[in-house]
Amino acid sequence: MSAATDPATSVESRDSVRRRRAARPRGAKQLDSTALIYLVLVGVIIVSTVLTALEGRNFFSQGNIWAVLTAMSVLGLISIGQTLVILVGSLDLSVPYVVSLATVVAAGGMKGLDGNIPAAVFNTLAVCAVVGLAMGLLVSVLHVHGFIASLGVGLIVSGYLATNYQGSHGSAAPGLRLLGRSGIVGWIPTAFLVLLACAVLVTLMLRYTRLGHHVYAIGGNRDVARMSGVRIVLPVVSAHVLCSVLVGLAALLLLSRTGVGSPTIGSQGRYDLLSIAAVVLGGTLLAGGKGSVVGTMGGVAIFAVLDSVMGVMQVNPFLKDFIRGLVIVLAVAVYARRSVVRRPPRFGSGGRSSLPVPGSTTKEETA
Amino acid sequence: MSTATSSPEASAAGRTLPLTEGSLPQRLLRGALTPGGAVFILLAVLFIAVVWVNPSFGEPPQLIRFIGRTAPIAIAAMGQYYVIVAGEFDLSMGAVIATQVVIAGNYIGDDESRVLPAIALMLVIGVVVGIVNGLGTTILQVPSFIVTLGTMLALGGLVRYLTGGAATGNPVDTFREIGRGGIQDVPVLDVLPYSVIILVAVAAGSFWLMRSPFGRTLIATGDNPDAAGLAGAKVWWVKTRAFILSSLSATIAGILLVGYAGVHPSVGAGYEFQAITAVVLGGVVLGGGRGWVLSAAAGAFALELLFSFLNFQEVESTWRNTVQGVIIILAVAASARAWSLGRRPPSRSTPAAPAPSPTTARPGTETGEN
Repeated sequence: MSAATDPATSVESRDSVRRRRAARPRGAKQLDSTALIYLVLVGVIIVSTVLTALEGRNFFSQGNIWAVLTAMSVLGLISIGQTLVILVGSLDLSVPYVVSLATVVAAGGMKGLDGNIPAAVFNTLAVCAVVGLAMGLLVSVLHVHGFIASLGVGLIVSGYLATNYQGSHGSAAPGLRLLGRSGIVGWIPTAFLVLLACAVLVTLMLRYTRLGHHVYAIGGNRDVARMSGVRIVLPVVSAHVLCSVLVGLAALLLLSRTGVGSPTIGSQGRYDLLSIAAVVLGGTLLAGGKGSVVGTMGGVAIFAVLDSVMGVMQVNPFLKDFIRGLVIVLAVAVYARRSVVRRPPRFGSGGRSSLPVPGSTTKEETA
Repeated sequence: MSTATSSPEASAAGRTLPLTEGSLPQRLLRGALTPGGAVFILLAVLFIAVVWVNPSFGEPPQLIRFIGRTAPIAIAAMGQYYVIVAGEFDLSMGAVIATQVVIAGNYIGDDESRVLPAIALMLVIGVVVGIVNGLGTTILQVPSFIVTLGTMLALGGLVRYLTGGAATGNPVDTFREIGRGGIQDVPVLDVLPYSVIILVAVAAGSFWLMRSPFGRTLIATGDNPDAAGLAGAKVWWVKTRAFILSSLSATIAGILLVGYAGVHPSVGAGYEFQAITAVVLGGVVLGGGRGWVLSAAAGAFALELLFSFLNFQEVESTWRNTVQGVIIILAVAASARAWSLGRRPPSRSTPAAPAPSPTTARPGTETGEN
């Protein structure tokens, strides 16, 4: 990569112009891929409406919309966090254990009393932030692969949970439970509003702040970002901390519905793999550097609609997993082919192929 | 790794590769200092620690039983190694094991004549799953994490749907003997479990395979798929074969596990992450291109020895996960440091050398893209 700095400045500028040209249509394509996700979503909704109607039910009934939006909120918050982490080139497999930890800490802190809510919520989010901080530092300072860092931290947390908590623990405050049942005009649950607010905030952060731009830069190519003067540690750590805090929020929403903290609720929900699947379904590159929260929300919505229609049709819960797996692979296959074919060659595979381009330009100039 | 560090010097001075210089002890010492070699030192330290806590563990019969018990995870780790060294993941391993176990339980039943057809059927299914994973990753360009996650969900869901999520079927005892039994009345060892024989066979096969052209190409592909493709390797076929080998290893692990664990759709649960942990502990780098297949097996043994050690120390088994988490983080942090230390000097000097080769290839790739 250091070869890029060697050639004369004229070569460098021509090269960068060419790259900018290559980069411009990429923005348009990204819009395309997000649009594609929402097209798929519309298709899924139409099919679901038909299938639900065949069962003699109405997909757009008040209750069903409420259920779909509620189902979206927990996985949605986790997936927003996961999007951040994946964009920065890392991965978070600790999600299920952090969810369980957060419900246990929050329920244990509330003890069923409204007065304890602020302290318990603060403690929960603080614990999550510390877990995220640990992962962020492991990834950025010790250069541990995100997969291993988060898997390791998740295992540590799971060992702690298994040792100290058996069965359900504590209980949610009535105020929080009320929040879980409240909503606007009976159609939109408060939980979904929380999700929307977080999605908007994170999107703004990614689009308009320096931190957000650095997240994309580091995810695209860590070495190039570092050589361009981007400090790696802060964005990576922020992404992990934000992810864990969002997971903590999701856990609070979950707690508002279940009422008790459970040390196994996260692993039962398989939030780690499903959130990663939702992010990739939403058009974010698993290698990082490309993608958006808007796309992720589309991916989450597809899952929620699928779950809803499978619930209406009373599909066997084990068969649900089978269908989910098929949908993930098929959807990503359709999407991944399109994006790979249209992507400029520089981003052939996770930025690795960026090496030949500067090298070959120098060669052409000398020849 | 060796080619990357040595190519400039070798072409300049016409010397042999630095890695093959020196006497055997020197080379062994140098090898032991790499992450892939350090795992053997870790293994020895852990073994001494376990024997110190529980002297009877060191007796050959006990030891050979331990090796037999660890064989499935070691075989799974070697399978996972192929995929990881090619720069991919295989998360479907646990689901494949569950599938094979359930097939064994339900297809064989009490009919002894079905043992061989069943094994053939299981191997075929393993190959098919591997091909699906491999082609999904290479031809459809879906990240392997997602493809194998999909096959994991699909296979796991299907198996639990067919069995109703409960233990069903019971294969005939001759089949269970593969995992459970062994050759009796062996002089020193008392019993030589079949699983140990299978493990040794798989290890020897893997060792040979990684020295064959396929193994070399696999490592080159994992290190840099574009470079390997430009050098003439069929990247898609190499990676697909890695996935097939991974599923086949999971199949063999499943056959052995039937003997130990019985028939239940949750038998393989978590095996993929255990195998990945073992591989990483063996100093193999996630992202591909670095590591030795026997180090992966050694990583599996180190992990199991550690658990035995904790058992003998009467640590609550619920802390197992925590210890596993701490270990893999430490191992990867240490090996990341070690590999990067070994790499640093060439990363400054090599860019001049590899640059010429892409020039001839670039026009071709550009016309191919447009």
